[in-house]
Amino acid sequence: MDLHQLPSRLLENAVNEFSKLPGIGKKTALRLVLHILHQPKEDTLAFSHAIEKMKNDIKICKKCHNISEEELCSICSNPNRDESLICVVESIKEIIAIESTSQYKGLYHVLGGRISPMDGIGPKELNMETLENRIKNEEISEVILALSTNMEGDTTNFYIYRRLADGKVPITTLARGISVGDELEYTDEITLGKSLINRIPYHGK
Amino acid sequence: MYLQSLSLLNFKNYTQIDVDFSSKINCFTGNNGVGKTNILDSIYYLSFCKSFFSSIDSMNINHSQNFFVINGEYQLHDKPEQIYCGFEQGKKKKFKRNKKEYDKLADHIGLIPLVMISPYDINLILGGSEERRKFIDGIISQFDRNYLYDLQNYNRALTQRNHLLKLYGKTGYFDVDVVDLYDNQLAEFGNRIFEKRKEFIDNIGPVFQKFFSHISQGKEEVQLNYESQLQQESFDILLANSREKDKMARYTTVGIHKDGLDLLLGDYPLRKLGSQGQQKSYLVALKLAQFEYIQMLCGFKPILLLDDIFDKLDSERVEQIIKLVAQNNFGQIFITDTNPARLNKVLEQIEGEYFHYLVKDEMLTKLN
Ligand SMILES: Nc1ncnc2c1ncn2[C@@H]1O[C@H](COP(=O)(O)OP(=O)(O)OP(=O)(O)O)[C@@H](O)[C@H]1O
Ligand SMILES: [Mg+2]
Ligand SMILES: [Zn+2]
Repeated sequence: MDLHQLPSRLLENAVNEFSKLPGIGKKTALRLVLHILHQPKEDTLAFSHAIEKMKNDIKICKKCHNISEEELCSICSNPNRDESLICVVESIKEIIAIESTSQYKGLYHVLGGRISPMDGIGPKELNMETLENRIKNEEISEVILALSTNMEGDTTNFYIYRRLADGKVPITTLARGISVGDELEYTDEITLGKSLINRIPYHGK
Repeated sequence: MYLQSLSLLNFKNYTQIDVDFSSKINCFTGNNGVGKTNILDSIYYLSFCKSFFSSIDSMNINHSQNFFVINGEYQLHDKPEQIYCGFEQGKKKKFKRNKKEYDKLADHIGLIPLVMISPYDINLILGGSEERRKFIDGIISQFDRNYLYDLQNYNRALTQRNHLLKLYGKTGYFDVDVVDLYDNQLAEFGNRIFEKRKEFIDNIGPVFQKFFSHISQGKEEVQLNYESQLQQESFDILLANSREKDKMARYTTVGIHKDGLDLLLGDYPLRKLGSQGQQKSYLVALKLAQFEYIQMLCGFKPILLLDDIFDKLDSERVEQIIKLVAQNNFGQIFITDTNPARLNKVLEQIEGEYFHYLVKDEMLTKLN
């Protein structure tokens, strides 16, 4: 689409800003902008105000690097959470996913990515030092590695393992295997193989 | 397992044809450019969901049209199976088994195993070592998903390590800890790949020699030699020893990405000293060994496509090959040749059924 055909520079600017968002092309951007243009003025102002306020007021938790409104995020400052558990994740998205399971009552640590030199991400670009400090200075009973199960995730797991390998704190990783409700016959060989290798004791239920 | 009949609609030079096949030997003869290879390619399509020649589907649509259809009726384990492939310009390619569309094309590949021998395969002999690694990897990973997974991870780890080495060349910064990580991963994936490649070559080596000796009537000695740096030293030690060298070279100089497959004729490399006919015989024997390997793994005989394989071969070798593939060790076979008389002469000597089609003016006429 040729943006020079747009009737207004103001419109063009707005479309350009929207199309910088992930997954939004020029066409979708134009549709969104036109939609906003036809909305009541109050709605649009509320919209832009919400974005501005979020950007201005949001903080990063100084303990776990989760997003937060205070110095410490709502998870780190919650007295009901088990402070001796740290679950290491790549990004805030994984915190949201794990929280929605309601199965985890410990704290988190957001690495901010995974090691991939090709993409310019080495250990220095990740929140590694703060993780090490937490393990040194707090009473930690277990570190749970919850990174992607691809090669880069494995590399990062292995790196953390080496850095923390003085052996004092037990390190675990999420189980890899068949998903709940899967038919064995349709499970791919890699997953099925891993499930067999990582099989667990059966207690009758 | 065999293909009973094939219908093409707007596929390459064909507007519309329907053909029945013998469960044993099927021959297509005719002049250059009449569409013999195109028929084989459509059969290849039904097995691998793509053309042997180009990965661009639209190239296979008849020039004056905007879609093509390939439909094959098979007998698979004594049950009829219908495989349909349809492609319309600008749309997603559709594959159906018994009228039910596949979600993923990958789910279909492997249902109808097939081996094609084409003049283009000569790259396997004349090309660089990468061609032969691709040949080996392609066959093993077709039946071993774990191998494919290791191979993909190995290549990723290698790219990452090479990136670090290049960065060192540019900036002088070398992250030992991270390179250590990749050495560790390369060794893990690489060792498994090495073991499986070795096992594969050990497996097909004797079969290959048997076939070659049949084709050449014992006139020449041949040998497949798997060459890997991992034969001398374990991979982790190789990586550690070559680190300084790698830093100078700015890439990873050791590993299974350097593996080779030496093709020997007597004591000499076939690529340099073999005659064209010897090279062709070698290629045919190698692909027939692939055929037997696949048969061993899937438990039944793949379809065999022989495109123009008699070119460059003397009449004795042609006769030997036809006699070989006409035996019961092979299943359904499709052969193309420009010379009907040459083919007929051999066909008359063998027992068993064959269909001989003349290809001309986009039509197939049965000659026998
Ligand atoms: N998409 C297409 N539409 C129409 N014709 C096509 C298309 N693709 C290829 N062809 C034609 O198909 C012919 C080539 O067919 P093919 O390669 O099967 O010939 P052949 O009989 O195997 O010849 P040879 O004996 O030289 O190997 C060429 O004439 C080419 O123009
Ligand atoms: Mg041809
Ligand atoms: Zn926090």
